[in-house]
Amino acid sequence: MTTPLPKPIIDLTGITKSFGTFQALKGINATINEGEFFSLLGPSGCGKTTLLRMIAGFESPTDGTIVIAGQDMAGVPANRRPTNMVFQSYAIFPHLSVADNVGYGLKTRKLPKAEIAREVDQALQMVDLGGLGSRAAHELSGGQRQRVALARALVMKPKVVLLDEPLSALDKKLRDQMQVELRQLQQRLGITFILVTHDQEEALTMSDRIAVMFDGRIAQLATPEELYRRPVDRRVASFIGVMNFLDARATGRMNGHLALDIPALGSIELPSAQVPEGLELRNLETIGIRPEMLTILFEGSEQTEHVARGEVTGTAYYGDMTYYSVRLPGHSEDVTISMRNTAGRSIVPPGSEVPVGWGADSIVLFQ
Amino acid sequence: MLTGERRQGLALISPTLLYSLLMLAAPLIMVLTFSFWTQNYLELDTTLTLDNYREAWSKPIYSTLIFRSLKISLIVTLVTVVLAFPIAYYLSFHVKQRKALWLFLITVPFWTSYLLRVFLWKVILGYNGVLNTALKGLGIIEEPLTFLLYNANAVVLTLAHAWAPFAILPIFVALEKIDRSLLEAAEDLGDGPVRRFFRITLPLAMPGVVASTLIVLIPTVGDFITPKLVGGTDGLMIANMIQIQFGKANNAPLGAALALSSMLIVASISAVIFLLGKRFGGKVQ
Amino acid sequence: MKSALKAFPSKWLAVYAVAYMVFLYAPVILLPMFAFNDATVISFPLTGFTAKWFGVLWQTEALHGAVRNSLVVGLSSAVLSTVLGACAARAAARYRFPLKRGIMSFILLPLVLPEIIVAVALLVLLMQLGMPLSLVTVVLGHVLICTPFAIAILSSAFQGLDQSLEEASFDLGETRWGTFRRVILPLVMPGVVSSLLITFTISLDEFIIAFFLTGTEVTLPVYIWSQLRFPGKLPSVMALGTILLVLSVLLLILAEWFRRRSARKQGIEASATGGFA
Repeated sequence: MTTPLPKPIIDLTGITKSFGTFQALKGINATINEGEFFSLLGPSGCGKTTLLRMIAGFESPTDGTIVIAGQDMAGVPANRRPTNMVFQSYAIFPHLSVADNVGYGLKTRKLPKAEIAREVDQALQMVDLGGLGSRAAHELSGGQRQRVALARALVMKPKVVLLDEPLSALDKKLRDQMQVELRQLQQRLGITFILVTHDQEEALTMSDRIAVMFDGRIAQLATPEELYRRPVDRRVASFIGVMNFLDARATGRMNGHLALDIPALGSIELPSAQVPEGLELRNLETIGIRPEMLTILFEGSEQTEHVARGEVTGTAYYGDMTYYSVRLPGHSEDVTISMRNTAGRSIVPPGSEVPVGWGADSIVLFQ
Repeated sequence: MLTGERRQGLALISPTLLYSLLMLAAPLIMVLTFSFWTQNYLELDTTLTLDNYREAWSKPIYSTLIFRSLKISLIVTLVTVVLAFPIAYYLSFHVKQRKALWLFLITVPFWTSYLLRVFLWKVILGYNGVLNTALKGLGIIEEPLTFLLYNANAVVLTLAHAWAPFAILPIFVALEKIDRSLLEAAEDLGDGPVRRFFRITLPLAMPGVVASTLIVLIPTVGDFITPKLVGGTDGLMIANMIQIQFGKANNAPLGAALALSSMLIVASISAVIFLLGKRFGGKVQ
Repeated sequence: MKSALKAFPSKWLAVYAVAYMVFLYAPVILLPMFAFNDATVISFPLTGFTAKWFGVLWQTEALHGAVRNSLVVGLSSAVLSTVLGACAARAAARYRFPLKRGIMSFILLPLVLPEIIVAVALLVLLMQLGMPLSLVTVVLGHVLICTPFAIAILSSAFQGLDQSLEEASFDLGETRWGTFRRVILPLVMPGVVSSLLITFTISLDEFIIAFFLTGTEVTLPVYIWSQLRFPGKLPSVMALGTILLVLSVLLLILAEWFRRRSARKQGIEASATGGFA
């Protein structure tokens, strides 16, 4: 498969933002490509919403430049930017009908009435609200409001759609459904979407690329898979999914391998492909292992590269999965191991001694 | 952006603020200045002096009037708030569906001409008034009662009537804000209805009670229509004297000193009430 | 809410509430009674039905002047105080700025100041400025005491306005002015109308400030005050009062209706206490 070279649509360079003495953004550099589903992921207060509002034009950076579609946005107000936003509260105009809400921006452009009506119809069809144009705003359910907000942005044919936690007000089931729909819609239209969210699962399932933000900085910008498999540091690793951290020490390099001593598990040699560039061996103190990369070996289980011994201290049953807390010798905190509940496999009761299987490819090293 | 927001906010409020400065602050400062001047018929002497205050505080007639005004206002306030509380309580806890209608009905009499309302109390309480006629008709009395009108009681009754909605509304709002589960919790922890009322409901309603106390107390001290129409000579209050000084007596500086003196006293009483209420209501905002 | 939550027996409170309402309405009920009573003396027993006192009103020239003056004063005060109130309410609801609390309390001060203080203070200032007393000076005073009421009413309208609505409008390409016209104004309009009606009603009924600040042209309450001294005029004053009562109640109902409509439009439950809460 040949992928065309990505064309940048938004360029963020050296962006900072201060509110008084508080620094909300401390130097953001990123490029967002055309047709990409891009997420800004981070805990509340990390600056992700400020950054989104800056792209929309509601805040101006203290320093740095925002270029959208080749044009520097400094001094360009929100109403003249090729971006449209889906607000967290949806901001549906309460005094207007659904159709008037969706047609609001087209009316500003002074398009003829018939054309507005046609475009509005199309947009409503697109979000599965066909025929609801005459509904009053307060007659809509939460999910419908979300769709109206989306249609209202899409009908403007923006170069970039900005979504500020658009699913946070919906219940779990509807949220899962909307995640899929949003992603499909974005892929069909080929418009750039920028999503702000604090929900890592949402970001992982929907995005082409994710910028993980902490304290006004981008900690890592990568594809979902890369983020999950090779988080750059402990903070990213524990924000995305579950990660066990174990003490470790580098004992040397030989034959393109890195020799590690992990007291809780044993010694191992890692192929250098797994070692991040620029890693200072002296600074290596911790490694990470995802719960699904450790296995409790049952009779007849597939053999693993290495085996350690542990004691089950607790279990949490999730239906398809069981999460075990396991104490490893020489490690103060219990590690979490997730096991698929396959047919005929019973749950190991707490107190049991179990063999724990692991391998070189389980191990994540941080910069 | 923050500085922009501050600037926009100030710019937007500036017309209103300017108006208040010109029409409220400037006049009040003017009154303050005036109170240190003296006037002899048409001549205004702008030498600063405390003579007006000396006169206002030492002459028996003025101190009697100020004292009486305070006494009447405090009684009015007490009567009004005590009468209002059960109504607010009834509306908040017992009325289910037509709360808005009740509130509307309570405010309607307040929107009829104040002058006429006071005058009609005169009609009710007068020698040949409604009350006397009715009591005579029922055979309860033989001669009309004369203690009804032209005294301090009549002033108290009339003012308690005039300020009723102002006393009810703040208490009602405070009662409405009380989370009903707190009452259930108190009951669950063993309080009976009466104990619960005094331990939970009343302390939480205290901000409303204090608000209505102040809302009634402060303006009633300055009322002069009611004393003039139903108060007789015993019911005259300080505001009548202030009006006379600005009118017939043509001694505005003395009037200003009287006005400011009574305001000062009312303000300090209000502060005491506020602090007491805070103490009783505990840490409720 | 079950009856377990009530500290006092409902029955007694209900009886008290009814008695209280009788107390509240006692003087008001008398107004129409005497207005239609066929006697020159205001006392019981009533002697018969007549509408002639309303006819007397029709022929009293001085009254017509007072009505005209009151309408002029009421309309001007309503418009000015609503504009000033809207500025303050919007600033308070939307922006943070230095000394906000202090400024707002100062503007709302007339709510707790005895009217006689306001009246006297304005009188002193006007005297010093050498400004002749007229309807204009009455309006100046009325705007001062009406503005806090306007702010109370408009605050709830402006506070109900989600800021993201303005941003959404801006984001969809609309200008500041366009946003004001297409989003803000329609949403606060019912509050504005309600404020106009309430402040008009307050001005129409205000006596003390009008009494101190009026010149040769009197407003309606000042006229009524002057008539109260003449027993012969009282029945027609009762008739006038009845008309004013009906008018005020109608205006109030209208104001309440607008306020509720405003709340409903924005999808918020209208609180029973409205702007006073």
